[in-house]
Amino acid sequence: MSVQIWTFIFVFLSFSLYIGIAIWSRAKSTSEFYVAGAGVPPLANGMATAADWMSAASFISMAGLISFLGRDGTFYLMGWTGGYVLLALLLAPYLRKFGKFTVPDFIGDRYYSRSARLIAVFCAITISFVYVCGQMQGAGIVFSRFLEVDITTGVIIGMTIVFFYAVMGGMKGITYTQVAQYCVLIFAFMVPAIFISILMTGIPIPQLGFGAELTDAYGGGYLLDQLDGLSEQLGFATYTEGQRTTQDVFFITAALMFGTAGLPHVIIRFFTVPNVRDARRSAGFALIFIAILYTTAPAVAAFARTNLINTVNNAEYSAMPEWFSKWETTNLISFNDKNNDGRIQYLGDAERNELEVNQDIMVLANPEIAGLPNWVVALVAAGALAAALSTAAGLLLVISTSVAHDLL
Amino acid sequence: MSDSSAHAYWKSNIKIVMSLLVVWFIISFGCGILFVDALDTIRIGGFKLGFWIAQQGSIFVFVVLIFVYIHLMDKLDDRYNLESSKSESPGAESESELEDSQ
Repeated sequence: MSVQIWTFIFVFLSFSLYIGIAIWSRAKSTSEFYVAGAGVPPLANGMATAADWMSAASFISMAGLISFLGRDGTFYLMGWTGGYVLLALLLAPYLRKFGKFTVPDFIGDRYYSRSARLIAVFCAITISFVYVCGQMQGAGIVFSRFLEVDITTGVIIGMTIVFFYAVMGGMKGITYTQVAQYCVLIFAFMVPAIFISILMTGIPIPQLGFGAELTDAYGGGYLLDQLDGLSEQLGFATYTEGQRTTQDVFFITAALMFGTAGLPHVIIRFFTVPNVRDARRSAGFALIFIAILYTTAPAVAAFARTNLINTVNNAEYSAMPEWFSKWETTNLISFNDKNNDGRIQYLGDAERNELEVNQDIMVLANPEIAGLPNWVVALVAAGALAAALSTAAGLLLVISTSVAHDLL
Repeated sequence: MSDSSAHAYWKSNIKIVMSLLVVWFIISFGCGILFVDALDTIRIGGFKLGFWIAQQGSIFVFVVLIFVYIHLMDKLDDRYNLESSKSESPGAESESELEDSQ
């Protein structure tokens, strides 16, 4: 079966599941709509928080960014996870103890100020609105590549579905849909990572394969050493060495950490558990579920980079596999034969480099580059949609809560 | 809880949070960024140590830190018989509360 048919099957099945869950667990009271009746078990809340927060950016783009940034990509990894420590220690328990519906509620009561509350509402809406655009763009890219519709149609399909279950299910419906979406997205991220790790190093755990020796078919030696060697040989920056200054990396990491701790759709998740202890626990569970993806991502980045270089560099353009031309039609890969030898020169030197690869396609194209079966490729598409839609739903709920509860 | 025990509780709470944040800072900003090049001279298998801490090790430490926090705070709550942290706390449940706040 082709990738497209598999994608239809996975997307149809997973979307039916989400809508089914949303109908089954729809909100029946005000408190269920805003905070799921404060009755979500911490483990489920941890999963929902992980899906809520891991967006199209984490799933689709992050590993790709790291594979081009090398060690500098660290600020995404540490920044986006380190913020959870701040969230768990400094925010989550106190907000739950306060025990109302929204962050503007808290700000307004804590500082005895209606203007402070309005500013908080404004921030929540602005952040959520900007953020939801990115998610929809991610969903659009996935639809356009795998179902071969245009991006606008993809965005409309995604938006309709999210709107349907977010409005109907409220916080309660969203919570249990996000639990299902977490399962889909982590499965979709891990399966290709495990496949590729076995293929390249013989070790089924990608976190360990990252630091292991390659099999003979891939040239032997440690993965990271080979990648450093390849990078140097082709004039790219050495993968395991930083290019940015220490202060750049320091402050970008700090910004991402504080940003993570302050995301409105993540913070409101801590209102949904029964008590303060469970708020602390769900922050811990959330980080475990996030860490599964976040410790795999740098491994995927290194595998993908090595594979990409080995597959394309000095290969004949006419002999490139099918995925190459499919991505070329989306303009996310482009080849310009500057020296007319019919071969691809992929080099760090901009003058002679003939191949441009958009970093956003690394995760989506990775299973195809490694030659994995079609169903794995389709699974990644379903996972990417789960990541985008779960975050979009959480954000839409923040917007609707802010407008309906805090503003009106 | 009386005023003096509330004060003592808060002091222990701050101590726990501060010491965990010190570890958090040393691992992430210290080992992962400021001293990463020095640590890179040490190799463990296929990894340079600094690179590994920056890309994977720090995340494992973050998880451990939160669970240490959960454990210590549970113990602290028990020591001060803080039942409210376990029971279903009021607030979000009642509809009337919602009306008041509007």
